[in-house]
Amino acid sequence: MDASDLIAMSKPARGEAGRTGDWRSARPVVDASACIAATQDRVTCQICWAHCPDACIEQGAPPAVDLEFCKGCGICADVCPAHAIAMVPEAEHGVCEAAEGGTR
Amino acid sequence: MTRITDLPVEEQVLPGNRACAGCGLGIGLRAILKALEGRAVMTVPASCLTVLGGMYPVTSVQMPWVNCAFPSTAAVAAGISAGLRATGRSEELTVLAMAGDGGTADIGIQALSGAAERNDDLIYLCYDNEAYMNTGTQRSGSTPAGARTTTTWRGKRENPKDVPRIMEAHRVPYVAVTSAAFPTDVYDKVAKARQMRGLRYLHMHTPCPSGWGFDPALSVRLGKMAVECGLAILYEVERGAFRLTGRSAALAKAGRPLEPVDACLDAQSRFKGLDAEARAAIQAWVDERWVEALERHERGR
Amino acid sequence: MTVRIITGNEAAAWGARLARVQVVAAYPITPQSPVVETLSAWVESGEMPAELIAVESEHSAMSVCIGAATAGARAFTATSSNGLAYMTEQIWWAAGARLPLVMCVANRSLAAPWNVLNDQQDSMSVRDAGWVQLYCRDNQEVLDTVVQGYRIAERLNVPVMVCYDGFLLSHTAMPVEVPDAAAVDAFLPPRPQPLQIVDPADPRNIGPVVMADPRRDADGVLRGAYLELRAAHHEALLEALEAVPEVGEAWARATGRPGCGLVAEHRLDDAEIALVAAGSLVTQSTLVADLLREEGLPVGVLGIRCCRPFPAAAVRERLRGVRAALVLDKALSYGYAGPIATDLRAALYGTPDAPAVYGAVCGLGGRDVTPEALAEAARAALADARAGAVERPLAWIGRMAREEAR
Repeated sequence: MDASDLIAMSKPARGEAGRTGDWRSARPVVDASACIAATQDRVTCQICWAHCPDACIEQGAPPAVDLEFCKGCGICADVCPAHAIAMVPEAEHGVCEAAEGGTR
Repeated sequence: MTRITDLPVEEQVLPGNRACAGCGLGIGLRAILKALEGRAVMTVPASCLTVLGGMYPVTSVQMPWVNCAFPSTAAVAAGISAGLRATGRSEELTVLAMAGDGGTADIGIQALSGAAERNDDLIYLCYDNEAYMNTGTQRSGSTPAGARTTTTWRGKRENPKDVPRIMEAHRVPYVAVTSAAFPTDVYDKVAKARQMRGLRYLHMHTPCPSGWGFDPALSVRLGKMAVECGLAILYEVERGAFRLTGRSAALAKAGRPLEPVDACLDAQSRFKGLDAEARAAIQAWVDERWVEALERHERGR
Repeated sequence: MTVRIITGNEAAAWGARLARVQVVAAYPITPQSPVVETLSAWVESGEMPAELIAVESEHSAMSVCIGAATAGARAFTATSSNGLAYMTEQIWWAAGARLPLVMCVANRSLAAPWNVLNDQQDSMSVRDAGWVQLYCRDNQEVLDTVVQGYRIAERLNVPVMVCYDGFLLSHTAMPVEVPDAAAVDAFLPPRPQPLQIVDPADPRNIGPVVMADPRRDADGVLRGAYLELRAAHHEALLEALEAVPEVGEAWARATGRPGCGLVAEHRLDDAEIALVAAGSLVTQSTLVADLLREEGLPVGVLGIRCCRPFPAAAVRERLRGVRAALVLDKALSYGYAGPIATDLRAALYGTPDAPAVYGAVCGLGGRDVTPEALAEAARAALADARAGAVERPLAWIGRMAREEAR
């Protein structure tokens, strides 16, 4: 008998709560011309990466946001010292793709 | 002090978890687990962290994790620690007990005090979001005076318990206060605690958008404001030696008076309608603690 | 093998020592305290290579055992009475988490009012929690059952509660055969790989929130929810109906002593009335039955060693042909009946020619259950049975008559 039939033991996976990108009402859009890392073309600053509660930002120049799971909290935009991240309402993008998949 | 770009890139917290948008705990947890490099066993009682961890059979955190009953965190951690010693794995794994402020200051304090008195070999980290957030924002022993919760509709009358001081009174090897708004401060303190043995207590001030009533985008800003005005003070007590750390140390060095508490309080809807008297009482409480912290920093004890 | 004159508490400690328990959580409560005192002395002297954690409460005692067992260690604790009541939350947790712990309960009454003496209300009040519950007749059974308990627990991944009467056994010395360590080691190998996976290379979240309905894991496999896990737990306890006697037989082969199974019986073959009890009362009832046999009264005894799972088939089989069973409960579900009487009635329901089940409560708060009182209760029950009484009110053995109070 599989131990999973006897006790509850979860395995890690992304998207436990589904595609949390569909919680979002606004998405972070990085302006590479303002981003400190992008303008210096090296992985520096990364303040947005360190402060994302959801590990949805990948380090880089500029850092990349995982829109499948980004909940749109806007912390990255608030902490960016160069004001290089704008929270753009989702309505301007039409329907969010993340809404189509639903939870597993 | 570790720089942000020096933090490990490996993530133990996975995207798509169940935590609220803008959850301060998410920021702090990432830094905590980076400092442990995955080489730890967590034990977690009922709390927001349980929600973040996710529902069976999927979890959002890539760490060995043992759920435990609300009052039992420190005792289960002590048991895990003993069990790892008995099975020859205590060198490879740190035990991290991680509970909220209710699970620490209130229902968990007996087991925590027992573990501290025995100096059991574990890190206990309280993430303090200043109320029972997981159950809908009821007041805890760590809720600040004036804060409205669903059990203090007119604002809490009492000041919070000072759990780090309670832990200091146990003379454990390490007590530190950090803030989720400062991930490198969290990282450095957990990394330091990891190198020590015995009971290491960390208290992480943790902004909560839904429970405190502010825009989720402002979690880091609120956490920083709390430090600027002294509502939260960052320090550590290493084998009895006290020192302010991080931003609080910088504020002490600057020598200027702290910001008044007003801006920080006014940014949170839980303090809405606070009268002048209550506001003055909060300021007096903050001032008293800050003076005490400065004196201790000066004395080094 | 060595014969030692030891108390029930010392026998429990010997059981834990011989089982090579690795983590002991210790908290004092009368009448259990000598168990943890003895273990503390052995750990301090190095005679027992274990971690002893002197916790600040019974709640933490069980919590330490939960943590230690989850990490893969063999863990032990002991308690009594209000201590057991205080750790109730964790008793349920340990069972639901499927941890193979063994805990001794030196049975004592529950407050209020304060009373430190024996009855079985403490352990009976947690009989629904999902532990195997074994009750010991004498100190030899205490030692034997602790060691057997680990083999049962580790086979079924359920915790085992070893219950013995406070003071009557816990503080009464009697000869006990203490087997050689080698014989016990052959019977009880080190703890097998636990179900629980605590491994950074394969991280798992153990005991998380489980929803009402099955849910797919990351690989797309549908996993049962709370209800399925509880059903599996129930089935594991039912497996104990086979495991308990099998382990008892294996113990008998290892030590050369008669094994103990689900129930113990004495002179039931031609009995018209059976005294049914658990714990040291079984030993007393056996003596009383022999006395009554000398009077020509056909009395036998059915001892319930395993209260959970309840050995329904075994009691139906053993009580076949008996007119009535007089159940001597040292506990009571207030407002209804004694726990063993209730279980026995349920087990016999619908059985053709089932014996009548008469409930009696005795020994609460340490009230002495004298052979005379037991004999009198048995005679009255036999008379009622012969008169065809199917039901009768709960009898209180040894209760002061109202007239005496005046």
